[in-house]
Amino acid sequence: MRPIYSNHKEKLSKLISGELSLIDNVSYFLKNIEKNNHLNTFNFVFEKEVLKQAEIIQDKIKNGTNGKLAGMVIGIKDVLSIKDKPTTCSSNTLKNFNAIYTATAVQKLIDEDAIIIGKTNCDEFAMGSSNENSAFGTVLNPNDNTRVAGGSSGGSAAAVSAGLCDAALGTDTGGSIRQPASFCGVYGLKPTYGRVSRYGLTAFASSFDSIGPFANSVNDLSIILEVISGKDEKDSTSADEPVTEYIKFDKKFEKIKIGVPKEYFGEGLDTEIETSIKNKINELREKEFEFVDITLPHTQYTIAAYYILTTAEASSNLARYDGTRFGHRTKEYRSLIDMYEKTRSEGFGKEVKRRIMLGTYVLSAGYYDAYYRKAQKVRRLIKDDFDKVFEKVDLILTPTTPTTAFLIGAKIDDPLTMYLNDIYTTSANLAGIPGINIPIGKDKNGLPIGMQLLANQFEEEKLLSTAQLINNII
Amino acid sequence: MAITKEQVRHVAKLARLKLSEEELENYTKELSSILDYMEKLNELDTSNVEPLTYPVGNKNVFRKDELGISVKTEDALKNAPLKNDKYFKVPKVIKSNKK
Repeated sequence: MRPIYSNHKEKLSKLISGELSLIDNVSYFLKNIEKNNHLNTFNFVFEKEVLKQAEIIQDKIKNGTNGKLAGMVIGIKDVLSIKDKPTTCSSNTLKNFNAIYTATAVQKLIDEDAIIIGKTNCDEFAMGSSNENSAFGTVLNPNDNTRVAGGSSGGSAAAVSAGLCDAALGTDTGGSIRQPASFCGVYGLKPTYGRVSRYGLTAFASSFDSIGPFANSVNDLSIILEVISGKDEKDSTSADEPVTEYIKFDKKFEKIKIGVPKEYFGEGLDTEIETSIKNKINELREKEFEFVDITLPHTQYTIAAYYILTTAEASSNLARYDGTRFGHRTKEYRSLIDMYEKTRSEGFGKEVKRRIMLGTYVLSAGYYDAYYRKAQKVRRLIKDDFDKVFEKVDLILTPTTPTTAFLIGAKIDDPLTMYLNDIYTTSANLAGIPGINIPIGKDKNGLPIGMQLLANQFEEEKLLSTAQLINNII
Repeated sequence: MAITKEQVRHVAKLARLKLSEEELENYTKELSSILDYMEKLNELDTSNVEPLTYPVGNKNVFRKDELGISVKTEDALKNAPLKNDKYFKVPKVIKSNKK
């Protein structure tokens, strides 16, 4: 039976009162993962350890020595390292790789007595918007198995949506948390760049990558963020900003001013999504929220700037997979260069190679200024758009995606069309700001519709508190 | 075409990727259409814009120069495709560079 609690706070109080047994709860999740094997959500499940851990944590709860996340069952995207466990990034290159240390974000969850149930499927090296680029197979959308779960953190989103764990960690470089959360109908949060340490995260695009949670409630996103945030000596780009309780039930959040950018409601947006979001805005307007029309004039340039900069960073980050120190090495080779070339060609999938090629090209002699430098300048213009708008409004409200979950196979042969699907999410990563997906209903095919709220850098408290207020209303 | 097959072959060499003729053809087509789309950025006059390399305030981060624990040799070698007790093993580099 699916466990009956709406968030972790409620689960923990049921565990304390004895109404819920943690061992039964963990066994339920294990059985449900097995039952839903066809969804391809998990690359690895730690069935042996989790029941033992459940016993230990159940005892801690009994003795009152438990951490904040005691008994929360969490899946971890397979790009984050856990010592002595596989970290494959869903790539053949790392199929036999076992991590030699644990990522800071994961360690912080463990330190608060969360139970890590397994590693979730994703697009190879987090490159993709559909989870079709995985050596472990395509993740199916639990709402409709003929459709994609979204990507790149598709396994994390689908696992939470299908009730295979309480929450999951994912990573968001251009929408890889918010987009699959929207497609699967769960909450997903991309924190401010630097809010969460990237130590132990396999790098894709280092000036974009952010680690964040998926859950069934804003409350759970908030408590997980509170645990995983903070300055970390092992990541010099982690922010030295105060870590607070991110949901405050403060009256001041009812006077929030929300901007609605016209560029996010134009051509390409599905009419059902548009109507559904506009209806929500009207409902909220009646409840004292103030809405104003705003403009983010450089929106149409986000995809081009994003794919130039991230592929450039990726081509550099993925240079390390050469078969020398770890990962796949080709069987036969005549020289060192031959070994590199064969190893890399065998290990990487199509989309990863495509992005390495594009990134290498835009960084190569003669093209650096025309593409890479130009895109960095446009990144400034896009960030300036947000800076100007946040002088006038507290938050920005947009659709998360232009369509609901598309059919498996529909876009995989047309990379540019696939990239354009990220139109509403990449801007937050270019500007380094936080964003959340809030599920607001379903379309006529029963597919989830997502609404995105964006805040200025390090304003997660405002973002999550308002998301919670909105939830109470709609 | 924004990019020729010969350029794609050159980029593959820079990226240390061995591509088949078919892959070369496909990437030439795909990268061309992606790069054509990227041309959009040239609509913008950015002559007076500073490039943004980093989304949040970027100041240098220092730490004390203290000795700490680093990865142990045996751990570092755990995932090595080929090794002996202390080293990663690779093909002879000097020999392979002979032209």
